[in-house]
Amino acid sequence: MSNGQSERREMTGAEMVVQALKDNGVKHVFGYPGGAVLPIYDEIFQQDEVEHILVRHEQGAGHAAEGYARSTGKAGVMLVTSGPGATNAVTPLQDALMDSIPLVCLTGQVPTSLIGSDAFQECDTVGITRPCTKHNWLVKDVNELAATIHEAFHVATTGRPGPVVVDIPKDVQFAKGMYVPPQTAPRTSYQPKVQGDLDKVKAAVELMAGAKRPIIYSGGGVINSGSEASHLLRELVDLTGFPITSTLMGLGAYPASGKNWVGMLGMHGTYEANMAMHDCDVMICIGARFDDRITGRLNAFSPNSKKIHIDIDPSSINKNVHTDVPIIGDVGRVLEDLVRLWRASAKADKKALHPWWEQIAKWRARDSLAYKMSHDVIMPQYAIQRLYALTKDMDTYITTEVGQHQMWAAQHYHFEKPNRWMTSGGLGTMGYGLPAALGVQIAHPKALVIDIAGDASVQMTMQEMSTAVQYDAPIKIFILNNQYMGMVRQWQQLLHGNRLSHSYTEAMPDFVKLAEAYGGHGIRCDKPDELDDAIKEMISVKKPVLFDCRVATLANCFPMIPSGKAHNEMLLPDEATDEAVANAIDAKGRELV
Amino acid sequence: MNAQLQPTGSAYFIAKETEKPENHTLSVLVDNEPGVLARVIGLFSGRGYNIESLTVSETEHEKHLSRITIVTRGTPHVLEQIKHQLERIVPVHRVVDLTVRSHELGQERPLERELALVKVAGTGDSRVEALRLADAFRASVIDANTEHFIFEITGKGSKLDQFIAIMKPLGLVEICRTGVAAMNRGPQGM
Repeated sequence: MSNGQSERREMTGAEMVVQALKDNGVKHVFGYPGGAVLPIYDEIFQQDEVEHILVRHEQGAGHAAEGYARSTGKAGVMLVTSGPGATNAVTPLQDALMDSIPLVCLTGQVPTSLIGSDAFQECDTVGITRPCTKHNWLVKDVNELAATIHEAFHVATTGRPGPVVVDIPKDVQFAKGMYVPPQTAPRTSYQPKVQGDLDKVKAAVELMAGAKRPIIYSGGGVINSGSEASHLLRELVDLTGFPITSTLMGLGAYPASGKNWVGMLGMHGTYEANMAMHDCDVMICIGARFDDRITGRLNAFSPNSKKIHIDIDPSSINKNVHTDVPIIGDVGRVLEDLVRLWRASAKADKKALHPWWEQIAKWRARDSLAYKMSHDVIMPQYAIQRLYALTKDMDTYITTEVGQHQMWAAQHYHFEKPNRWMTSGGLGTMGYGLPAALGVQIAHPKALVIDIAGDASVQMTMQEMSTAVQYDAPIKIFILNNQYMGMVRQWQQLLHGNRLSHSYTEAMPDFVKLAEAYGGHGIRCDKPDELDDAIKEMISVKKPVLFDCRVATLANCFPMIPSGKAHNEMLLPDEATDEAVANAIDAKGRELV
Repeated sequence: MNAQLQPTGSAYFIAKETEKPENHTLSVLVDNEPGVLARVIGLFSGRGYNIESLTVSETEHEKHLSRITIVTRGTPHVLEQIKHQLERIVPVHRVVDLTVRSHELGQERPLERELALVKVAGTGDSRVEALRLADAFRASVIDANTEHFIFEITGKGSKLDQFIAIMKPLGLVEICRTGVAAMNRGPQGM
């Protein structure tokens, strides 16, 4: 806020929008113009405090804003027009809702006099986005516009973060009214509880102190809570000596190089993480939500453990899994209390944990992420490992699309810090990674931003390469190209007798030429011994890069908890024969996703 | 309404629910702003919860607060989820499970009342019988000519059901019911 906070004064609705963005500390907006937002675009044109990034499709604006938000911890902002502009925003809105990402979406609307008349480019934006936002508003009175936008930022960024929509009819953008600066008097009905009950925290400390086979299971809530929460999590792990695993969303909160790290858990998590979850006696769930990718079959989920669950959203407690000690509050605040009380009362008896760690070492020795190396073709896991080795010492941010490559990235790229890993976890949105990388690069212009992509996903939002070129955003799109929708194919092998219905892409664009057509740089590599040089070339090019990494076409992603199975029924890579794959899922599990 | 009870949350609920579903009455205090009812009922349809009855009206005009009364059916686990999910809606101030509250107060259930307007047309004996029964049910006549009555009746849902059932052979034409209004007994507010 270069001019400090603004005063109450009269201005047009469009001016208010831009002023409110400035007053909420917004530096970048991702958007696409259209008839119903032209007055706002006219205001954007006449100032340079807020930079507008012109995308090629509104979905791209949304995912870019999500990437921006996740890598900075601030709200991402998107601006789109009415009708198709708003409907194209629906996918990123739902994506942000599922992954609890603060996203403020401003939409134009037809003038209030035309609402309900099936006007050109009219849609019921608040109706359509109601179930895919944390809250939304249609502003019909210009005098309420400023306060509504401020409230939108407040709702998006506090409590459990999420997406919000403010729908602004065109006549409201032209009308004059009184602007009010942001106030610290939020509505009385919305009061997220941030401080956990101390009694519950005490009960948690007691339970943890007596644990023989504990596990900490952390999630995206730790990242959302801010860097202090990650710091406290590390402190807690050090103090207690407990093993720690994390969801896909929580990677980086605890460093992968940390000695208590047992890897990611869940459907494609490590054997040691899942076995430890299954056999533990005390589970400390911190900012995670017992999602079905994590739990596997619920009635066999960690059957003998007492569960502590820290979450800011009361509806997450007892939703899927019964919790013995629920603590409702912001992860950072609760961890502060937890660490303090642990220091004051509990003595970490790390010796008592020895047998547990020995057991974990045995599971770890199973080497569940192993794969067969090849000297002729690039194994996808190898590609990620090399990418990691060559970029880990740089200021690197990783985004992904959705599918096998995403899981390999989670398994083989290791994260040391929070906010470095952007992936669509809850919704599983193919096409997320490229625009998300763009958003990250806009927030961190000097950083190395890599989208680990699949050949199918990346084509869903490929048009944003053009945006990257326009804004000199040198994002690196590292495509693990196997010509298949790999995860779809893997499931067809598991469930449908290897009948590969429409999971093979017979016509694939030439990604090198495509990169050049966009004004970027293209690289192709299909030999393991040329991979390192090709990756180094990718890093050194100061342009957006499409890297066509041709990998083994039929590799599958293991280990895996097949649908309807428990944590201790994992399918390990060395046991995953064709027959084992074909019979891994029983009739009951087939109907699950 | 009355959709088959869906297990909430994860698709991995392949274990059968062992808890029995119960009817509960919820009071939800909300800001009376556009779309607030759509948020509440959208939550029920979107997450597969049941609505047996729903009543809404602004109750505190100066604060623009509306009170929504919902009768829903679910297992205790689902009912707890419904309460928490309702509490997540930004314009929702309070959610009280009146049924749970009445149990805490040592009562079987909260006070629940419903109003119905019942139109009955007919002449001769059936007309006389309708009026006689209406009197027995303490329904009042709020409109009539020589060929019809409109009765207003208030009471528990079961009483209204019974009244409507016996009016059927006597020339029942039309029914309008308000849905359940409810509060807990005793001096305390919700």
